[in-house]
Amino acid sequence: MSGPLSAVPADGGGSGELLRVENLVKYFPVRSTGMVRRTIGQVQAVDGVSLTIGRGQTLGLVGETGCGKSTLARCIAGLIPVTSGTVTFEGHDITNLPRRAMRPFRREIQMIFQDPYGSLNPRRRVGAIIGDPFAIHKTATGNERKRAVQELMERVGLNPEHYNRFPAEFSGGQRQRIGVARALALRPKLIICDEPVSALDVSIQAQVLNLLADLQDDFGLSYLFIAHDLEVVRHVSDSVIVMYLGRIAEAGPKDPVYDTPRHPYTAALLSASPAADPESAASRQRIILTGDVPSPINPPSGCRFHPRCPKAQELCSQSVPELEPKSGGEPTHLTACHYPVQAGEILASTGRREPV
Amino acid sequence: MSVTDIAFEAQAAEAVPEQAIEGRSQLQLTWRRLRHDRMAIASVVVILVMAVLALLAPLFASLTGHGVDQPFTNTGLTADGIPVPPGTNGFILGSDYIGRDLLIRILYGARLSLFVGITTTLIATVAGVTIGLVAGYFGGWVDSVLARFIDAVLAFPVVVLALALAAVFGASLPIVLGVISFFSWAGISRIVRGQTLSLKEKEYIEAARSLGAAPLRIMFVDILPNLIGPVLVLATLYIPNAIVFEATLSFLGIGIPAPTADWGSILSEAQNYYQVSWWYVVFPAAALLVTTLAFNLLGDGIRDALDPRTERLFAAGRKSRRRRRREGPAIALAAPAGGSEA
Repeated sequence: MSGPLSAVPADGGGSGELLRVENLVKYFPVRSTGMVRRTIGQVQAVDGVSLTIGRGQTLGLVGETGCGKSTLARCIAGLIPVTSGTVTFEGHDITNLPRRAMRPFRREIQMIFQDPYGSLNPRRRVGAIIGDPFAIHKTATGNERKRAVQELMERVGLNPEHYNRFPAEFSGGQRQRIGVARALALRPKLIICDEPVSALDVSIQAQVLNLLADLQDDFGLSYLFIAHDLEVVRHVSDSVIVMYLGRIAEAGPKDPVYDTPRHPYTAALLSASPAADPESAASRQRIILTGDVPSPINPPSGCRFHPRCPKAQELCSQSVPELEPKSGGEPTHLTACHYPVQAGEILASTGRREPV
Repeated sequence: MSVTDIAFEAQAAEAVPEQAIEGRSQLQLTWRRLRHDRMAIASVVVILVMAVLALLAPLFASLTGHGVDQPFTNTGLTADGIPVPPGTNGFILGSDYIGRDLLIRILYGARLSLFVGITTTLIATVAGVTIGLVAGYFGGWVDSVLARFIDAVLAFPVVVLALALAAVFGASLPIVLGVISFFSWAGISRIVRGQTLSLKEKEYIEAARSLGAAPLRIMFVDILPNLIGPVLVLATLYIPNAIVFEATLSFLGIGIPAPTADWGSILSEAQNYYQVSWWYVVFPAAALLVTTLAFNLLGDGIRDALDPRTERLFAAGRKSRRRRRREGPAIALAAPAGGSEA
């Protein structure tokens, strides 16, 4: 397939590949209210996304709120049915498997959620929450389970004595550690992190990110790391995918994507992220996009970014750009753009006005 | 990582004196708050006293020498054949129209009332919670069918059905239990369904699904604990409803058949004597009133105790509580149920 070999090491062989997603599409029907609930539209949340993740690698996924990042994560984790496309894990097609058939793969693919408050049941004790994976997969019971849970708590930096406490008695960072412990319990190979640090204070973010990095080294984990913070993604990822309105805008190893973005959207995103170094911040050009993200119920024709793109031309509204390597870039650096940004090019500081 | 290590050590050091720290569960916290609500505690005392008296009814019968169904035509009735007033011939609360001891009959009636109230509430709660959870969690056509069924039950003319059943099968205790249970679960179901609809969208339910938890496990392990509060309040408020319901059926003569002592049937018999024998109406009615009032006040107390926000607004809460009661329990319950998750 023409899908980008995003986080697979240079050899790209099948042995290094853990997860492959091909042409994944997820539409949510929009139904009318009333007795007869006719489908009156589709929210095109994810529209033809392909990616691969290699063993022990981290694939970062960035994009604005509502671009389909979390929907993609839930499709891969098998939490919501996929409209079309395939998800392959270690060579097994796990797309839309029934619950029982999915069970063995649940142990391999785990998830860490964004909201450390919403992702822990407020009425259950921490020991029970972290012990859930063992209980559901019947891998440990009684004292054995308790010991396993306390080991996990210690591993993620929690006091094992707090086994009998409720989530409300922990801080946001500690709660996220509880979520990490739960995800880690079954020794998965892939952990999907859905904005795991965006609800935390910056100082706590670093602690949780370091914990995730340590665990990756110790257990050889692969991460699909979703965030809207570009610097966080750059810090943790081997490869990066930039999404816009349900499609991949740009993908590739992190350095070329961050250093020489080819898609105008990536360039605009990067120009908007605050730089720690004031000198480089002063010399940077800001690309200010106008307008809002269009509705995924009725996305723009052709390139979905064209109404807001400073470089958009006639062709952009007519044909969908392929995700492909662009001249002058590395072969693994893919961009879906008819008129990719050239090195040193100055983009207009305002986007084209959307015709009213 | 070093920051974490330090933080961890600090936590560990502070944790040493108290072994295995235990967080307080919602029920423990509720009980702590409930203990400071004098009205609720008084209600608990009243209910316990009533239960003890009911259990000891045979003891009172043997102490007075008056059997529950035993008529005393010589000592229990005046020469004109009307009931004797309280304190006459060893009849502490007077006698009834055929010379039976009113106190003993009220105490035996308490047994029946509490039994019917608690049994039907248990059946209705188990059925209501299960149906509400299934409807709310599965959604789709399952929900449509169950929700319409709930609406149908709530819209049903209760007394008409009870009359019809009594006519077909004859009045009996199982019929009474069945009718009351059948008309009580739907209200609980509706609340549980609504709560489940909102709870199932929480991330921790998604987390459970991503672990591979089966729907039954999610419903009873993950969702149910979050519903304990509203269900406990509803159940407490359904007990007095069931007691009154049972008394009503017996009053209409379609409840527990005579000669079984029952508050509703005592009141029914008393209709013809209230002008000459005030005690015949006042004491059974007072027993009914005190019992149902105690359960209602206890339910209100539990509801306030479950909602931490009411703790400091106790005086204000009393006023608004009265207002809420006028609107009926279903509406009033929605507010604390939603709030208690926060």
